[in-house]
Amino acid sequence: MKDIGTPVEKKDHRMKMSGRAEYTADMKLKGMLYSSFVRSEVPHALIKSIELPTLPDGYFSVSGEDVPYNHCSCITDEQPVFADKEVMFIGEAILLICGPDKDMVKKLCEETRVIYEELPAVTCLDDATEAAIHYDYKKGDVDAAFSSAASTYSETFRTGYQEQAYLEPQSVVGVWDDKEGKAVLYGSMQCPYYVHSALMHAFKVDESHARVVQEVTGGGFGGKEDFPSLLGCQAVAAAKKSGHPVRIVLNRREDMSVTTKRHPAILKYNVALDDKGHITALKADIRLDSGAYPGLTSVVMQRTLLAASGVYKIDNLYVTGNAMTTNLVNNGAYRGFGAPQAFFAMETLMNHLADKYDMDPLSYRNMHFVKQGDETGTGGKFWHHVPIPEMIAKAEEISDYSRKYKEYAKPQSGRYRKGIGMSIFFHGCGFTGSAEKDFIKSQIKLRKYADDRVEILASNTDMGQGLKTTFSKIASHVLEIPYSQIIIENPDTDRVPNSGPTVASRSLMIDGKLIERAAKKLKDEWIPGKEQEIIENYTENRESVPWDLSKFHGDAYPTFSWGLNVVELQEDTLTGSTDLLGVWGIFDVGKAIDTLIMDGQAQGGMLQGIGYGSMENMESFKGRIRQNSFTDYMIPTAMDTVRNEIVFIDNPYNDGPFGAKGAGELTLVGGAPAYEAAVEQASGKHFSVIPLTPEKILCAD
Amino acid sequence: MVEFTLNGKKRSSQMSPDTRLLDVLREEFELTGPKEGCGEGECGACSVLVDGKLWNSCITPLGNVRGKNVITLEGFRDSEEYKLLEKCFADAGAVQCGFCIPGMIMASEALLLRKPHPTEDEIREGLSGNLCRCTGYNMIIDAVSMAAEKGAGLW
Repeated sequence: MKDIGTPVEKKDHRMKMSGRAEYTADMKLKGMLYSSFVRSEVPHALIKSIELPTLPDGYFSVSGEDVPYNHCSCITDEQPVFADKEVMFIGEAILLICGPDKDMVKKLCEETRVIYEELPAVTCLDDATEAAIHYDYKKGDVDAAFSSAASTYSETFRTGYQEQAYLEPQSVVGVWDDKEGKAVLYGSMQCPYYVHSALMHAFKVDESHARVVQEVTGGGFGGKEDFPSLLGCQAVAAAKKSGHPVRIVLNRREDMSVTTKRHPAILKYNVALDDKGHITALKADIRLDSGAYPGLTSVVMQRTLLAASGVYKIDNLYVTGNAMTTNLVNNGAYRGFGAPQAFFAMETLMNHLADKYDMDPLSYRNMHFVKQGDETGTGGKFWHHVPIPEMIAKAEEISDYSRKYKEYAKPQSGRYRKGIGMSIFFHGCGFTGSAEKDFIKSQIKLRKYADDRVEILASNTDMGQGLKTTFSKIASHVLEIPYSQIIIENPDTDRVPNSGPTVASRSLMIDGKLIERAAKKLKDEWIPGKEQEIIENYTENRESVPWDLSKFHGDAYPTFSWGLNVVELQEDTLTGSTDLLGVWGIFDVGKAIDTLIMDGQAQGGMLQGIGYGSMENMESFKGRIRQNSFTDYMIPTAMDTVRNEIVFIDNPYNDGPFGAKGAGELTLVGGAPAYEAAVEQASGKHFSVIPLTPEKILCAD
Repeated sequence: MVEFTLNGKKRSSQMSPDTRLLDVLREEFELTGPKEGCGEGECGACSVLVDGKLWNSCITPLGNVRGKNVITLEGFRDSEEYKLLEKCFADAGAVQCGFCIPGMIMASEALLLRKPHPTEDEIREGLSGNLCRCTGYNMIIDAVSMAAEKGAGLW
């Protein structure tokens, strides 16, 4: 039998390739209405009154009064489905107008007047004073380390918004089944059961009276983790009121203005150093822009704090995090989930400290790497092999990093100058803390039909990352039946158990393992021609120091995936623009279940990471997102990237299927710091901000 | 009334000549291959061929295709060229979420029609009007390059 990693044609390849895949905006249901939002035009205000134009027959205006419990539930439920008394940010939904003509609903929205009584607004992170969420943790004795330090160094880093920029805008179709009293939602999403739960709460129905069906999803990257819950409640409210299916498809500008993004952050780092330049203590004070409603911010910030000291063993730590409330659009999940901000800060700090001690960045890092058996910052342990040494050796071999570093470190002259940068990072696999055991309690089913085909029933979604293929490969490989004999459809909560959301690089590692176990059982019990069903539940028996969120202590993750990026570039000193010359990625994802899919994850993730560090600039001004189109918020094109080389290190993890660990998010994390390091070498300047746009490169001293 | 050739057949639309071609294709002719990713001609998900050239149908008024030959993915997917691209995109692992793909395929076809043996830089340029957020592009570049190599004589 072939190694499981050998690529196969993806389950959905032909359907997507031929244009036959039906995305939500392609759906046509009988009597379906179009819709458009009336959204807040001010960052903070009381709604005094709303003046609607006369609605023609067949047109409906939907508000908070039409939602039995006007709250969108996802971790917290502060956010109303429709703002009714007070608006908290520009773009918050107030009304949804629906009807049979697309242009008419837009016109009716434009003619609607909302009268506000404006209130003071916090429209910039620096001005925020109220923390929605606070965590901190300590290790060792930071004060003692600082008082005995040979020297100290401090630096403040800033990171901006990042927009997921999935190519398919957010879209859902809501239906209200009046006969059954059932809320039904079709849509582009990552987490059908999150939407299901939000519908149950908003419409006060039990679990059998809410149904959520994922449609083909054109990219998510975290952006379709919680937002579809809000959109789903809005669409179903409109369907319930109008008696028709109601479609919501955001246009790109609306999508970029009102959906969740990566949290902008300010990270103040302060280190104590001994006489050899070794870091003896680190204080990190991290502030995230939470936006108007916290949403997923608590769990995002947990990851930021857990990544604060990077891949380095620092005996004394004091890490604090405050997620600040602002009157700005909500921030939420984006691939990496809080970690990219911290890794950018820590990796850039290491480069600057290396300069301080006149060392090359790799030698300086070498004084500090964690290894297997070391304690984590929160009193847990790096239980498994940490493959940093072999990753560095591989990087040297394929990128020639150290030789190029030395060459480019010599004085450069002329308009074009070169630089090379490296970043080393991890991603904690799966949910932070004990969520798998305490909240998710994942379940999957394998259903065997009389024709001996086997269907995987799980709520995990394929949004492009290839989950249908990798899940099917696991089942096929264990059962030793052809891959074509495995069926996997888009999840429908009426048919599939709750195997959790498709987030946190958890699906393959956690639910893939359940599929592996279920398939082993089915193989043992296999009776040809007979219908059979296997149910497999999550169980946890990992070695660990139990996680205690109230103390921010213990093992936050069952294991870690590891990554190393090298970016080589040439800067045009006249314009500040850069051309990539080479990009290399070394990743330990345990075991790649499909090497081609994993290569795609790595290539796409690294380019998103480099985009985050370089060109993807989004800012808010007086509460309004300024770059809300692909014209103004530029993501890399085919001409902005180069050939790259990616190597996977085999480091199998026993609790993952065939040894696989979390993979999807890891690939984004190192792009920005490696890019910044390369620009620093080429330009001879230090930076502490991303995105590092050409303007910033030119304007720096 | 606007008459044009759509996927090889003479068609006419009663929609106003200033209607976006994308809406005419998706709504009147129920051709949902072309996608709306931005509505402003930036992302290329709505790409179609008009007289063999790549156009963004979201910023093309219907009136502009009067008398012209419009081809969407639906009108291309039964061809030998498509079949080869389908195989090469699979072998290269070039499809992830798929939303950009109908546009990418039309951009690939437009490029190969013009340049049957493109260099890598020419492929990058040829696809540079089509955004993809998933793949980082290189696997799509590989797929087109593979198709050009294997497709001797097709284009």
